[in-house]
Amino acid sequence: MAAEKMALAKAINESLRTALDADPKVLIMGEDVGKLGGVFRVTDGLQKDFGEDRVIDTPLAESGIVGTAIGLALRGYRPVVEIQFDGFVFPAYDQIVTQLAKMHARALGKIKLPVVIRIPYGGGIGAVEHHSESPEALFAHVAGLKVVSPSNASDAYWMMQQAIQSDDPVIFFEPKRRYWDKGEVTTDAIPGPLHKAVVAREGSDLTLAAYGPMVKVCLEAAAAAQEEGKSIEVLDLRSMSPIDFDSVQASVEKTRRLVVVHEAPVFLGTGAEIAARITERCFYHLEAPVLRVGGYHAPYPPARLEEEYLPGLDRVLDAVDRSLAY
Amino acid sequence: MTVESTAARKPRRSAGTTAAKSGASTTGTKSAASKRTSAAGKKSPGVPGAPGASGPGPELVQLLTPEGERVKDATYDPYVADITPEDLRGLYRDMVLTRRFDAEATSLQRQGELGLWASLLGQEAAQIGSGRATREDDYVFPTYREHGVAWCRGVDPTNLLGMFRGVNNGGWDPNSNNFHLYTIVIGSQTLHATGYAMGVAKDGADSAVIAYFGDGASSQGDVAESFTFSAVYNAPVVFFCQNNQWAISEPTEKQTRVPLYQRAQGYGFPGVRVDGNDVLACLAVTKWALERARRGEGPTLVEAYTYRMGAHTTSDDPTKYRADEERESWEAKDPILRLRAYLEASNHADEGFFAELEAESEALGKRVREVVRAMPDPDRFAIFENVYADGHALVDEERAQFAAYQASFADEGEGK
Ligand SMILES: Cc1ncc(C[n+]2csc(CCOP(=O)(O)OP(=O)(O)O)c2C)c(N)n1
Repeated sequence: MAAEKMALAKAINESLRTALDADPKVLIMGEDVGKLGGVFRVTDGLQKDFGEDRVIDTPLAESGIVGTAIGLALRGYRPVVEIQFDGFVFPAYDQIVTQLAKMHARALGKIKLPVVIRIPYGGGIGAVEHHSESPEALFAHVAGLKVVSPSNASDAYWMMQQAIQSDDPVIFFEPKRRYWDKGEVTTDAIPGPLHKAVVAREGSDLTLAAYGPMVKVCLEAAAAAQEEGKSIEVLDLRSMSPIDFDSVQASVEKTRRLVVVHEAPVFLGTGAEIAARITERCFYHLEAPVLRVGGYHAPYPPARLEEEYLPGLDRVLDAVDRSLAY
Repeated sequence: MTVESTAARKPRRSAGTTAAKSGASTTGTKSAASKRTSAAGKKSPGVPGAPGASGPGPELVQLLTPEGERVKDATYDPYVADITPEDLRGLYRDMVLTRRFDAEATSLQRQGELGLWASLLGQEAAQIGSGRATREDDYVFPTYREHGVAWCRGVDPTNLLGMFRGVNNGGWDPNSNNFHLYTIVIGSQTLHATGYAMGVAKDGADSAVIAYFGDGASSQGDVAESFTFSAVYNAPVVFFCQNNQWAISEPTEKQTRVPLYQRAQGYGFPGVRVDGNDVLACLAVTKWALERARRGEGPTLVEAYTYRMGAHTTSDDPTKYRADEERESWEAKDPILRLRAYLEASNHADEGFFAELEAESEALGKRVREVVRAMPDPDRFAIFENVYADGHALVDEERAQFAAYQASFADEGEGK
């Protein structure tokens, strides 16, 4: 397969298929991943082609899913587990934080935990509670975990390949409201490293840094700002642990202004870390304080209020204006 | 149990070694390991004398056959001995109105008035039977599908719809009907119920607590922990598991290798399997379990063996994973038709009753439709309401920023 246009969900499906094909140690595990193909159909058709012992419908128990994936990894397998929705990862949080993240260090580096945990995350699909959250900072705060999120189909394909190949546990956040967005996927191109940020749009007046679902919003904001004569650079971070601060720094040294955008609450979030580091690294380059746009210190609201809660074009442009006004 | 584990263990050892050695090569993957797992994945485990996890088995408590014939049961008949024809009509009415409400909610979802709906179609008897067994001072911890239990507790059905419409994350005051909020995280509420019951016991009260959950939920660690706690502290709680055969696309076999009700034994309390499509049996068994709890005899697990006739939720597509014939076979056990047959055969209800109920049902549907359509979107500042009981400086600050931001649109007239 060379270049093909496909939806982000399909790109992940293709990537999993490639991995299952290439390495008999790769396993898919989770609730409803088999016949149903997952509630978002990301694993559609995989059980049919690879069988019930490679694509495993698990009992309804998240701690069990991650805990047994750890055991399988200790035995040489490479499990890719699906957590059905963001809010349901917490029964597994103990296993992820106290066990998965720390075992490599505790074993003096002698064992590896190549476990990928896929989590559809974020809002914008009008769901009921626990189906729209962005808990990435809770994972990025934990040493031993890698935390990434693709924003488009091509990255979804390649980052999943890289996550599965990684010998470290990777928390793979999938922007669920972008599952149906189509993009070009070139399966024979050589991708950049998993944790490298990329410039999604060049600009010179200000940098918008985002990841996952917010990259599209930032690109739209940059396009709108262009009409007002503002040149906005959009940086797709792709990884929240580690964060490619060098790329952020390079962009900020060029544009001298930075706004970080994510759906997760602003307080103690990924944006806070970026603001602090970039202030340290770029103090003399900055023309304005680093601003953040994100969720509030409040539970994710009911669906009818999510448009108020989620950063949209207007809130991003408002922050752009505030930054440029300094 | 012993037989089963030995049978499963033997091939695992040999195959395990093979898999470990040959796993790196592609050819090694279609080894004994795969055959073993798929064999174990098949239907019921051959436990001698015990019913398979997939079949109802002879131990199913039943007072009304699918044809609506009353059958005797020495243990549970006393719990429905005092039931009057009027009570029976009441149970019938509850089931019919609950089904009507549910159907209305399903069509409101299709019309875009609700974001999602989790239908209880087929589970009316389990919910009405158990719900009517509770006393006013008992406390109920539901999942997200207990619309019939909510009905029995006197919660206005339209209150259940706010959450599914997306205007709130709850929708009622749990204390006004001793009916807790719906819980979406699978199994969490069983621990809350256990803790509440521990409190009831500490207070020396004689009320009881009932926790609802599904067959899928029985796999969750929280549920296992609630069994442990309730047994250790002898908590007055009834665990009411509606085994509707499916957890989204996964059949009960993917959760357990023994009939669910038998799990209780390992924790040291009784487990009973009741015909979940038999409202009378559900009433009797739940009453029995609640009374045990009140007498200080501790927890009980009731497994109501029933069927989810519709999709898991309106987002689900059951044609991907289950056959039509399965639903058809359960339609023959419909809980409402069963009680109707009994009411008619025993002359406990006449045509007038059914006609009146039909009219009442129409009126309920109409009211639900009207209330939902008129349900306003919440005020945008609701985001910041009730985040803390005591208030919080950060929330205050963000609310003020939010207000200033909103006001900036008004200043610009149209806003951007
Ligand atoms: C912790 C958690 N994991 C996953 C889900 C997603 N989910 C919602 S309902 C459901 C199936 C539940 O099945 P069961 O317990 O049998 O109850 P039923 O819906 O059939 O009544 C799943 C997997 C969830 N809500 N919570």
